Amino acid sequence: MATLSRADVAHVAHLARLGLAEDELARLEVQLNHILDQYEVLARLDTDAIPPTAQTIELENILREDVARPSLSQAEALANAPERDGSYIVVPAILGGD
Amino acid sequence: MTNTGLTRLTAAAMSDRLRAGDLSSRELVEAHLALAERENPALNAWLVLDGAGAGAAADDADARLAVARAEGAAALAALHPLCGVPVGLKDLVSVRGGQCTAGSRILAGYVSPYDAHITERLRDAGAVILGKLNMDEFAMGSSTEHSAYGPTANPWDLGRVPGGSSGGSAVSVAAGHVPLSIGTDTGGSIRQPAALTGIVGLKPTYGRVSRYGIVAFASSLDQVGPFARDARDAALLLHAIAGRDERDSTSAPLPVPDDLLHLPASDDEAAGHLRGLRLGLPREYFVAGMEPGVEARVREAVATLAAAGAEIVDVSLPHTDYGLATYYIVAPAEASANLARYDGIRFGHAVRDGDVLANYLATRGSGFGPEVKRRIMLGTYALSAGYYDAFYLKAQKVRTLIKADFDAAFGAGIDALVAPTSPSVAWPLGAKLEDPVAMYLSDACTLPVNMAGLPGMSIPAGLSDGLPVGLQLIGPAWSELALLRLARAYEAITADAAWRGLEPAGLAFLREPSGIVQ
Repeated sequence: MATLSRADVAHVAHLARLGLAEDELARLEVQLNHILDQYEVLARLDTDAIPPTAQTIELENILREDVARPSLSQAEALANAPERDGSYIVVPAILGGD
Repeated sequence: MTNTGLTRLTAAAMSDRLRAGDLSSRELVEAHLALAERENPALNAWLVLDGAGAGAAADDADARLAVARAEGAAALAALHPLCGVPVGLKDLVSVRGGQCTAGSRILAGYVSPYDAHITERLRDAGAVILGKLNMDEFAMGSSTEHSAYGPTANPWDLGRVPGGSSGGSAVSVAAGHVPLSIGTDTGGSIRQPAALTGIVGLKPTYGRVSRYGIVAFASSLDQVGPFARDARDAALLLHAIAGRDERDSTSAPLPVPDDLLHLPASDDEAAGHLRGLRLGLPREYFVAGMEPGVEARVREAVATLAAAGAEIVDVSLPHTDYGLATYYIVAPAEASANLARYDGIRFGHAVRDGDVLANYLATRGSGFGPEVKRRIMLGTYALSAGYYDAFYLKAQKVRTLIKADFDAAFGAGIDALVAPTSPSVAWPLGAKLEDPVAMYLSDACTLPVNMAGLPGMSIPAGLSDGLPVGLQLIGPAWSELALLRLARAYEAITADAAWRGLEPAGLAFLREPSGIVQ
């Protein structure tokens, strides 16, 4: 199966939005490859005709009435935000300029 | 010395005395709190001990009990048996106004704005929440060493791990700080720590208990369940939390049997359940590398069950060996998606380091610990462009085969499977911390049960080198009551065993006048 290079590890870290130090990347390169080795047993199984299982209890079409119900107040919903401005959550600009 | 008499009672015995009026919930809660506060510096099982909240809840329970006693037998019978009984919660169950760290630095300072479904249910029952319990970060781990808040010690040997991820929950019950606690089990995180600390732990069928308000790890695998010191108590707690909740669309619209409240107290009646029972012994669960002492205890337990009237049938679950690889694709993949929400914008740990991307990298890079980072990396890789078919889709197909193995065994008339819970007893702190694959292998006997969504439990089956060994019971979907009856039967036929009723050896040291906790 696949082998991960240091550059691959850095690329996956970027996809996962994890800022990792050089020593973390080095350790992960070794550890992730060791874990990927364990996956190789799966190649022994012919699964072409086997359907995938995503969930085990086979519930279908669980619906509820589309009606308004009591929910958190705005103050409660915003209470954990690291940075607030009145009733808004503050985030850096993403479209440039301000 | 605190009143260890009260802290040795089962929840069922507490319930009887609370209803009779010769014991108050306030007294119970104070005795348990005092013991927990005294021993927690050495064990690190509790992240929060909420004396004020527990005291108020105990007073409420005492008031409800007094009103019911005045009204008579019918009113008392209408109260849930857990009314007034102390319980502990793994610190990933939301309690309105309290912390919910999931063992992670990234949720430090976060305050739950609402109660989890099971928190509401426990409050309705009148159970008293004593506090929140330590765990591996986001429930990823098998030793509780991956907590951002330090490891938890095993009360049988303070130099050893208690298992994980629900290590704090297991230790709180094993040490008598509470008779009952809540854990979650995604790949063995209830059953394995129950085995390693010598108590009962039950992972219900996927969908039996609502996950609303519980921090998500792997959404197709996570289940919530009880820890207890015996099967009857585990059944009482399962009864209190199980059942349909429309806020978790995967919770099953099935009735919860009231017989969970009536497991037999009499050993003779309990043992009678074994007659005619067909128990399967899956040969693949006696894996290479299993400790001889563990295998010996498990085989003795099976022989004891056979001598008491159960029929033992050798069975094969041929895809067992693929469980580890399958699990370590599916669970990290689901985790990487679930943990995307920790972005430092709406709640939790936040680091400002420039633009939006720099903030994400800094927040997540500093907020997550090494095991969580490993799983996010694995999951992100397994789901990334070009690898989805080779990893995630392949694992989902093998999952079908693993589930089919169990379906075939139960379809052939096996009532339950009996197997080891863990291939080893508790290991020394630090022994597997730098070798992720060795840590993952410690869950080889429990992971397949989650892949198939089935109920499983671990019950004590004696000691090996002075450390507890767990016997795993696995049943068809929705068979929790039958598993608990089997567990109760095993307790009945081993009631006179020398290891029954032993105090964890590490606690004896703690509780000596010369011990390290005064």
